Amino acid sequence: MKYSIFSLLRNAFSYHENWPAAWRSPDPRSAYDVVIVGGGGHGLATAYYLARNHRITNVAVLEKGWLGGGNTGRNTTIIRSNYLWDESAHLYEHALRLYEGLSRDLNYNIMLSQRGVLNLAHNLGDLRELSRRVNAIRLNGIDSEILNPAEIKAMVPILNTSPSSRYPVLGASLQRRGGTARHDAVAWGLARGADARGVDIIQNCEVTGIRHSGGAVEGVETTRGYIRTKKVGVVVAGHASVLAEMAGFRLPVESHPLQALVSEPIKPIHHCVVMSNAVHVYVSQSDKGELVIGAGIDAYHSYAQRGSLPVIEEQMGALIELFPIFSRLRMLRQWGGIVDVCPDASPIIGKTPVRNLYFNCGWGTGGFKATPGSGWVFAHTIAHDTPHPLNAAFTLERFTSGALIDEHGAAAVAH
Amino acid sequence: MLLIHCPWCGPRNEDEFSYGGEAHIVRPAAPEAESDAQWADYLFMRTNRKGLNLERWVHTHGCGRWFNVARDTVTHRIEAVYGMGEAPPVQSRGGG
Repeated sequence: MKYSIFSLLRNAFSYHENWPAAWRSPDPRSAYDVVIVGGGGHGLATAYYLARNHRITNVAVLEKGWLGGGNTGRNTTIIRSNYLWDESAHLYEHALRLYEGLSRDLNYNIMLSQRGVLNLAHNLGDLRELSRRVNAIRLNGIDSEILNPAEIKAMVPILNTSPSSRYPVLGASLQRRGGTARHDAVAWGLARGADARGVDIIQNCEVTGIRHSGGAVEGVETTRGYIRTKKVGVVVAGHASVLAEMAGFRLPVESHPLQALVSEPIKPIHHCVVMSNAVHVYVSQSDKGELVIGAGIDAYHSYAQRGSLPVIEEQMGALIELFPIFSRLRMLRQWGGIVDVCPDASPIIGKTPVRNLYFNCGWGTGGFKATPGSGWVFAHTIAHDTPHPLNAAFTLERFTSGALIDEHGAAAVAH
Repeated sequence: MLLIHCPWCGPRNEDEFSYGGEAHIVRPAAPEAESDAQWADYLFMRTNRKGLNLERWVHTHGCGRWFNVARDTVTHRIEAVYGMGEAPPVQSRGGG
C-alpha cells in the first residue's frame, strides 16, 4: 500500500483502525538464496538493496528480538559525513546522500532533519586539528566550514562561550547537511521496502550456529529450525565476535556498552546538534522536545546493554559546562547499547575466511549515520562476491596488511 | 557500578580503576620469526568473550598496581581476582 495524503484521508474515515501491517511476519522457509543475520537498520538496508539494486529477493532477515530493537533503537540519531580519511569520507557521504532521498525512495517519512552538526574546539590543539579536518573534508567535496566564537554564539545563543569558562569554546566545525533522522522510522521504512519486494523478515529467530563444510557456508541453525542457504550476511553489531566464533575465526572487535539518555520534553530551544570531543558530550533536541544526550563508551567490555553511572555523571557535567541553562532539567530515560569497536574505529565490511559468509561489523559508536550506505555496499559485496569500490578498503585483511583507517579523531566520542 | 576488590587496597568503586583489556595475551617470544597473520592475531584479534571473561585492571587512583579479574560480561558479576602472571582460578566460558 502506497502511503499518501489520500491513504491518510481514507483511513481517517475508519478512525485509523484498518491500516494494514507494514510488513508480513512469515514462518521461515527451509531454504533461501541469501540469509541476513540481524534485523537492525544495516541488516534491513542490506536486504532492501539486495532486492532493489540486485534483484535478489529470495532473502530472509533473521532477528533474534524485534526489528530495530538493538543499536538502531538505542543511538542518538545523528547523521553526518565529516570524516578525515578519503575511504571513510566517501563511504559516509554516500550514506548521507542516500539518506537525503530515503523518505521518497521508501515512501516512508524517516523525518530527516538537516539541522547542522557543530563540533567544538576548546584549545589550540583542537582548533588546529579541526582546521586540518575541515580542509580534508572539503577536498573530498563534502560541505564543512569553520565558525569563530562570535558565529557560534549567533547560531547557538544558549551555548556558554564565555572566555572565562573552564574549557572556553575557541571555534567549531559545522556540517550544515548533517543532522538527525527518526531511527525507528529508518528501520521500519527499510523493513517495509524489503518486504514489499519479497524479502521474508523473521523476528524472534536467533541464529545458534553457522554450518559450513569444505570452507563454504551451507546454512544456519536457528531457534526456529535449520535454514539452508547459499550465502550468509552477518550484521549483528555487538555480537559479531559470537557469530564469528560459530564460523571458526576471530575478529579484532571488542564489545562495549554505549550509554545515552533523554531529558524531560521542553519547548524548542536547541535547533542543531552540538558535539564536543574535549568535554565529552553531544546533544540535540528531538521533535518531541526531549534533549538527546550521548558521550563515549564504557571502558570495560560487556554484553549487558547497560553501563555504569560514573559515565553518565561525567557527561552530565560536560553538558552543564556547555549549557548552564540545562542545569535544572530532569532526565527521563537512560539506556545502553552494545557497540562493536575496532582498533582503528572503522568498520569491517566484506568477505571472511569462510566462502560465501560475509561480515559487516565494527561500526563501533557510529553506525546509524551509515545505515543506507552500509546496506548498499554490503548488498553489492554479497551479490557479486566482491566488494563495492566504497568498501574495498574496509576488509578484515587490513589488520594483517597494516592498512588501517584510523578514524579515532572522528569516532572516539563524537557520534 | 562495579565493586572491585583490589588485592592490595580492598573493595573500591570502579571509577578508581582503569580497564586493561583481555588478559593472558602473550607477547611473541621471537618477534622476528612471526608471520604477518601471527602479528595480526597478537596485536588486534580478541576473544571478546560473552560470558566469563579474563581481563586486566589497574588501580589507577589507588596503589597503581595491575591484577587480573574474572568477570562475567553479561551479568558483570566478578568471580575471581588474581595476580598478574598467575594461572586463572576459574575457566573462561561462553561464546565469542
